Amino acid sequence: MAQGQEIEAPSKVILIGGSAGSLSVLLVVLPLLSERINAAVVLVMHRHTRSEDLLEALLASRASLPVRDIEDKDQPQRGIIYTAPADYHLLFEPDGSFALDSSEKVNYSRPSIDVTFESAARVFGTRAIGVLLSGANADGAEGLYEIEQHGGITIVQHPETAEVDYMPRSALQLFSPSYIARPGEIAPLLVRLASDISAARD
Amino acid sequence: MQIELTEDQLDTLIDDVQREYGYDFGDYARASLHRRIARLMTVDRFVSFAELRYRINSDKDYLSRLIDMVSVNVTEMFRDPSFYAALRTQIFPVLATYPLIRIWHAGCASGEEVYSMAILLKESKLLDKSIIYATDINPTALSVARAGIYPLAQMQKYSENYVAAGGAEDFSRYYTAQYDMVKMDTALTKRIVYATHNLATDSSFNEFQLIICRNVLIYFNQTLQDRVFHLFDDSLEGLGFIGLGSKESIRFSTVAASYQQVAGKDKIWRKGKK
Repeated sequence: MAQGQEIEAPSKVILIGGSAGSLSVLLVVLPLLSERINAAVVLVMHRHTRSEDLLEALLASRASLPVRDIEDKDQPQRGIIYTAPADYHLLFEPDGSFALDSSEKVNYSRPSIDVTFESAARVFGTRAIGVLLSGANADGAEGLYEIEQHGGITIVQHPETAEVDYMPRSALQLFSPSYIARPGEIAPLLVRLASDISAARD
Repeated sequence: MQIELTEDQLDTLIDDVQREYGYDFGDYARASLHRRIARLMTVDRFVSFAELRYRINSDKDYLSRLIDMVSVNVTEMFRDPSFYAALRTQIFPVLATYPLIRIWHAGCASGEEVYSMAILLKESKLLDKSIIYATDINPTALSVARAGIYPLAQMQKYSENYVAAGGAEDFSRYYTAQYDMVKMDTALTKRIVYATHNLATDSSFNEFQLIICRNVLIYFNQTLQDRVFHLFDDSLEGLGFIGLGSKESIRFSTVAASYQQVAGKDKIWRKGKK
C-alpha cells in the first residue's frame, strides 16, 4: 500500500514504553543508539497533551539518531526514533505503516502502551523488541506479554532501578521477559539484538 | 480480556455488513477496525465470533450499534486550538471576500467542532453569510449534533481550548446550563445543515470554499483516503481550502500536486486555480 518512495524496511522494530520516571532512562538509552542498529525505534510515553513539542525537542537534543513525529500512514524507517503523538493511540497496519486512532483511553492513557505493543506483536511478530520502563500504571504489561507470545524479544527495566516500579513489576508478575535490564544495560543490549552483524547469535 | 478475532473473521464480518446493509468497511484502516470490533465483542459480551455474526445478520437494529462503535466519535470543541486560530487569522479573511461561504464539515461526529466553527464565524461576523454542511456516517452521532446538548463537565476544557484558539468572549455566553448538561445557543445552529453522508461510498453534493475533515482519514487505508481526497477535490472550488487533523496529510494522495500547505504546522491546504 505504501506508494512512491523507496524505503528500506528495518529488520527490527524496537518499541519502548514508559510513564512516570522513564524520561531519565530514555536520556541514558537514546544517546547510545547509533546508526549501527538495523531498527526503527518507537517511543510510547504517557504525556500531557500540550507538552508535545517540548518532549520531542528534549529527546532530539540528546539522541544521536534523528527524532521524528509520527504522521498517519508513515512507514517506520531504519535508524529513526519516532514518538507516539499525545492524545492518539498508535497502531500498525498490516504493511507495517503507522496508524493513529483517537478512540477512548485504555488504562487511563492515550497513547496506551498496551495498544501499541499488542498491535506491534501482531504485525511484526519475531521482528518486535518491546521494552517496558518505569511507570506508575500497569499499562504495557499485557502488551509486552503479547510481544513475547508472538515470538518477539521483551525487556523490562529492573524494578530496583525504576523511579516508580509499578509498571515493570506488573510485567514481571505476568511473565518472564527475555531480559531484565538496568538503565545502563538497555542500550548495549538493544544494539546487540538489532545490529546487522551480531543479531544472529541470539 | 478480549476474545481473539482473526483476520479471516474480520473479513467475513466486513463482507456480511457490505452485502446485508451496503456499508463498506473493507478499506478502513485494518488495525483500528480490528480493535473496534474486538472491543464491541468485549463490551457487548459476545462469547464467540459466531454469536456476533449471527446478531449482525439477524438484527437490523444492531447495525447502528456496530456503526456507532466503528465510527470513533471522540471529539471536542476547538480541538487543537492552534488550528482554529489559523482558520480565524489566515483563512477567514479570504473567505470574507465571498458573497456566500459554503463549508463542508465531513465526519463531524457529535458536532463539537461544528459549533466551534459556528462560534468562530459568528465572532468574525461571517456566520450570517455562511452555510455549514455537517455530515457523518453515523445517524446517532448526528442527532446529538443536531440537539446541541453536551455534558457540562466538558465545558471547562472547551473554554480553555476556546481561549487558546484566540477566543476573546466569555465562552459561557454560547450555551445555557441546566443541571449537568448544556444546550448550545440556537443562534449558532441556524446556518448548519446536518445530513448523513458516507465518505466510503457517497459522492460529491455541492461545491465549497472550505472542507473540514479532521481525524476521520486516520481510520481509512490509503486506497480509501485517496478516494476521499478525490471526492474533496471534486467538491472544492479553485483556491478553496481543506483542513485536516493534526497528524493527517494530503501528501500520499494523488491530488497532492494541486495543493499547497498554507502555513506553519497547522494542517490546512489550499487548492490551486481550477
